[in-house]
Amino acid sequence: MPHPGPVSLLLLSPALGGAILLFIPKDRVEWLKKTALAAVSVSLALAVFLFCRYDRTAGGYQFIDKIDWVPSLGIAYHVGVDGINLVLLLMTAVLAFAGVWVSCGVKERLKEYLVFYLFLIVGCFGVLSALNIFFIYFFYETAVVPVFPLIGVWGSGNKEYATMKLTLYLTLGAVLALVALLALYFTTGLNTFDLTAIEAAVRENPLPLSFQRWAFPLILVGFGVILTLWPFHTWSPMGYAAAPTSVSMLHAGVLKKLGAYAIIRLGIGLMPQGAALWMPLVSWIAVINILYCGFVAYAQKDLKFILGYSSCSHMGYILLGLSCLTPVALNGTVFFMFAHGLMAALGFALVGFIYDQTHTRLLEDWGGFGKKIPFVATIFVMTAMASSGVPGFANFIGELMILLGAWDTRRWQAVGAVAGLVVTAGYMLKTVRASMQGPLSPRGASLLDAKGWQRLPYLLLIALLILVGFLPALLLPTISKGTAPILERIHSAQAQVPSPGGPRHVA
Amino acid sequence: MVDPRLLPWIVLFAPFLASVLICLFSMKSPRLASGLAVAGILVSLAGSAALFLHHSAHGGLPAERSFPWIEIAGLSVDFGFLIDRLSLLMLLVVTGVGSCIFFYSVGYMKGDSSFPRYFASLSFFAFSMLGIVLANNFVMLFVFWELVAVSSYLLIGFWFEKPSAADAGNKAFIVNRVADFGFVLGIFYVWTLSGADGGARSFGFTHLESILPEFLAKGILAPTALVIASLLVFCGVIGKSAQFPLYIWLPDAMEGPTPVSALIHAATMVAAGVYLMSRCFFLVSGVPQALGWIAATGALTALLAAILAVAQNDIKKILAYSTISQLGYMVLALGLGSSTVAMYHLTTHAFFKALLFLGAGAVIHRLGTQDIWEMGALLKRMPVTAVTFLVGTLALCGLPPFSGFFSKDEILTLAHEHNRTLYVTALFTAFLTAFYMGRASWIAVLGPERKIKHAHGPSHGHGDRPRGEAPLVMLAPLVLLACLAAAGGFIGIPEFILGGHGHAAPLNLPVAVTSTVAALLGIAAATALFGKKGLSADPLARAPGKAYAFIVNKYYLDDLFSAIAGFFQNALAKILFWFDWNILIQKGVNGAAGATSRAASLMRRAQTGRVQDYATTFGFGFVVLAYFMLSKG
Repeated sequence: MPHPGPVSLLLLSPALGGAILLFIPKDRVEWLKKTALAAVSVSLALAVFLFCRYDRTAGGYQFIDKIDWVPSLGIAYHVGVDGINLVLLLMTAVLAFAGVWVSCGVKERLKEYLVFYLFLIVGCFGVLSALNIFFIYFFYETAVVPVFPLIGVWGSGNKEYATMKLTLYLTLGAVLALVALLALYFTTGLNTFDLTAIEAAVRENPLPLSFQRWAFPLILVGFGVILTLWPFHTWSPMGYAAAPTSVSMLHAGVLKKLGAYAIIRLGIGLMPQGAALWMPLVSWIAVINILYCGFVAYAQKDLKFILGYSSCSHMGYILLGLSCLTPVALNGTVFFMFAHGLMAALGFALVGFIYDQTHTRLLEDWGGFGKKIPFVATIFVMTAMASSGVPGFANFIGELMILLGAWDTRRWQAVGAVAGLVVTAGYMLKTVRASMQGPLSPRGASLLDAKGWQRLPYLLLIALLILVGFLPALLLPTISKGTAPILERIHSAQAQVPSPGGPRHVA
Repeated sequence: MVDPRLLPWIVLFAPFLASVLICLFSMKSPRLASGLAVAGILVSLAGSAALFLHHSAHGGLPAERSFPWIEIAGLSVDFGFLIDRLSLLMLLVVTGVGSCIFFYSVGYMKGDSSFPRYFASLSFFAFSMLGIVLANNFVMLFVFWELVAVSSYLLIGFWFEKPSAADAGNKAFIVNRVADFGFVLGIFYVWTLSGADGGARSFGFTHLESILPEFLAKGILAPTALVIASLLVFCGVIGKSAQFPLYIWLPDAMEGPTPVSALIHAATMVAAGVYLMSRCFFLVSGVPQALGWIAATGALTALLAAILAVAQNDIKKILAYSTISQLGYMVLALGLGSSTVAMYHLTTHAFFKALLFLGAGAVIHRLGTQDIWEMGALLKRMPVTAVTFLVGTLALCGLPPFSGFFSKDEILTLAHEHNRTLYVTALFTAFLTAFYMGRASWIAVLGPERKIKHAHGPSHGHGDRPRGEAPLVMLAPLVLLACLAAAGGFIGIPEFILGGHGHAAPLNLPVAVTSTVAALLGIAAATALFGKKGLSADPLARAPGKAYAFIVNKYYLDDLFSAIAGFFQNALAKILFWFDWNILIQKGVNGAAGATSRAASLMRRAQTGRVQDYATTFGFGFVVLAYFMLSKG
């Protein structure tokens, strides 16, 4: 057996941690917490290691581990990183760490919670690092399924309905995608699920246009459901509202991005012509996502619903960026995925922190918390600002790139998306106004601020957002190295199909 | 001597560092916080002065340095500094007036429970503002433009437990966001235009300045394109520099502490729009249509705001409308084709308006009221403050030899040369300016002492307010600014901006005399109405008809905007939410779920509902999988 590489270890660490947890008695709470934290800390360290050691001049997939599993079907355990998934793995590892940290506050059945949570993390890592379509799909299900008990058992409010709906939605979406992926398997004629092999093949011989025409929308919608593509977004605010804090964090932060990641890798990356056919439509849906969900967020009374619709609205920027098929927009999209992951998780973590004490998330019950819990309130305002696309936070860079990319190729959609910035600022400030400012609500009379180590996850996330917001060059060279092969395939696809718009003219 | 290339970094980041250090280490220690903040702005001031001296001695202007910030295929955004006469002047204004106000704040905010937070925010504002000044490209300028909006939001809502303050902060931010909608599109459009010849596109001011006029001359660019681009950029100015119709946020912004109003909402931030237009004046200088719109906006704003100032009783509101009106003058100067004159008026206005606000703040600090009808007899009670306030008033009225006379006179001269309507509007505004300031001076400063009905003003209660003058830390900035407001017309500001390339316009004697007469008439009218002894109510309020109510209600512009905002935030949001809930969820999703419920009932058998079962199944599955993975290797 070959020595497992860092990517495999990254994946194994939470899996092993989860397995060990099964053997720890449930009343040894400290042991449970320390084991889970150790597992995700190892992952985080490995993700940082990978990020530092990735050879950016060489590019391509690195740190590859490959173990044949069912050679006759071309199924292999095959993992590796390039610029795209490396950045997303780093984000996921950070969120996994912060998420477990927050999970340690769970009071009931902590052991089982952590086990499921770690498996959820394994699924997320797996989707991002797998280079075999079979395993991408397998890990995708691994990530989707543990959410069902996590919300169903530890959730709040209308949790049974919410978790059922969420799981059914995502599973049905996955089935759509599965149809396309199986068809892909047979269409390539390569008799393999190996992503690298298929990518190499489609670079030489693009998939038939007739196939791309119907397979691409299946991938798009199938994985778009988890990306809250309008009108398939309704599972999300409800699901997040019902979910326990750390599940909302990971779901809004990472799982949504898995959909976008799959669309980039399996949709745009393998079927660029199909993408070119469908993306004009997607760009308009993106604008609907941004504006519609933004306005609906205004009408919400529950803070988690506000954040839920807000995150649906932000997914519009990702969809818009994906729809452009240009370097600026695609790189910006990956950058924005990183930024939004951290920001969304931070928002849910903060709301959860306060909810644990107030036991209400209704905006009308909150108010004036700024004086009572200055630290949490400060981070809350910063998160709202990051969400509104204020410069200095990573989100701004991603949005700027997406908007500039869209401005070139989808100008009127870009105008709509810029208008979305006004809408976002509107409901975010409204939320801050109603929760942190004004006279102190009686429900917050006994609030306690985060102290000492409690502050760690919040500080970690906000510091990263600021760091990357100030120095986008920390990520951009890596990301652009990862998107280069995909953009190359898009480019050659566009060269084959005459563009309908004619030459681009200015003014 | 520090390497001059390092100076812009020091100037920019000294207040930032102060802000960060306060946040990290000094939230519990007011003395350290104010010390750090003052040190930060003083370092910036020293750095600006060093830059100024260096370039005065060695020339070398403009100096530009750029570092790649966002760098990928098809997009290159720099982080860079552009040092020229424009930015040097603005640096000195921001750090100079800023230093005065930082010192003043130490006295004014003493005893406030959030004293360190105040100085952290104020330092952060200085950082953001200096970023706008130093930026060498549109994106960097926009970055700091937004950060300035954030710091303004934080400082307007500094006393955020007070609903009106929190609302005012929100309003300022949102109104500016609406304006920035146009600004962002303008930046994008200019970026596109810069590649009109097929070359690489750019955000850089110097590059754009060199190519855009050339494109226009060669016919690569249609003038219409530049008109659209420049008017989109101008949208940002309408927000930030409080022009009609988006000026509505600025009077509300007076909810912030008074030194904040002086620094941000009078002297510097609101002038950032004027600075922006001066910075990218090459966009508009060749397209008369754009200039026409800008001039009209400026003149209209100047007039409308001056009328509103007449009916205000809150001293800060009077000064706020006056600021809007003066910003209108600056924008008018831009529209008349002279960024030099606009910057000149920006500078003198920074001196005298900061002075007026700080003077008002000293009075508010002592009396605990902002209502001019509760002040009076200030010459006796607070002589230094009163005299400096009157100096500021005379400068604002534009009487010779005070600074405002010279800069306003240049604007009027320009208007006189270009357009009769604009000239008459500007002249009438000058009359109104003298009138409302005369009114405020007669009632609040020179008139008899009046009773305070109910103390409001700053919410940080002082208990028994000490009588007499403000402390020295507040008086010294007043005196310094009073000197600048008085003598600002003689220190060669326009000559510096022009830098030997051409001369400042000579005094146009007929215009100068006319404007002086207009100002004197305004003061005379105010004296006649408000100079009477024993006046206890505003005689203007008895004016016949609905005119007064129309003015008191601010032309109903706020109500109009509230209605529009209400439509989007309440009506539209509720309709869409109704659609989301009733159509997408109830009809669509649950309907589909009903159809699949039979399938679901099969699945239910696998769901025992016991967490342990799920966990076991999961763990078991994973072990099997791991076994396969490893054993095959």
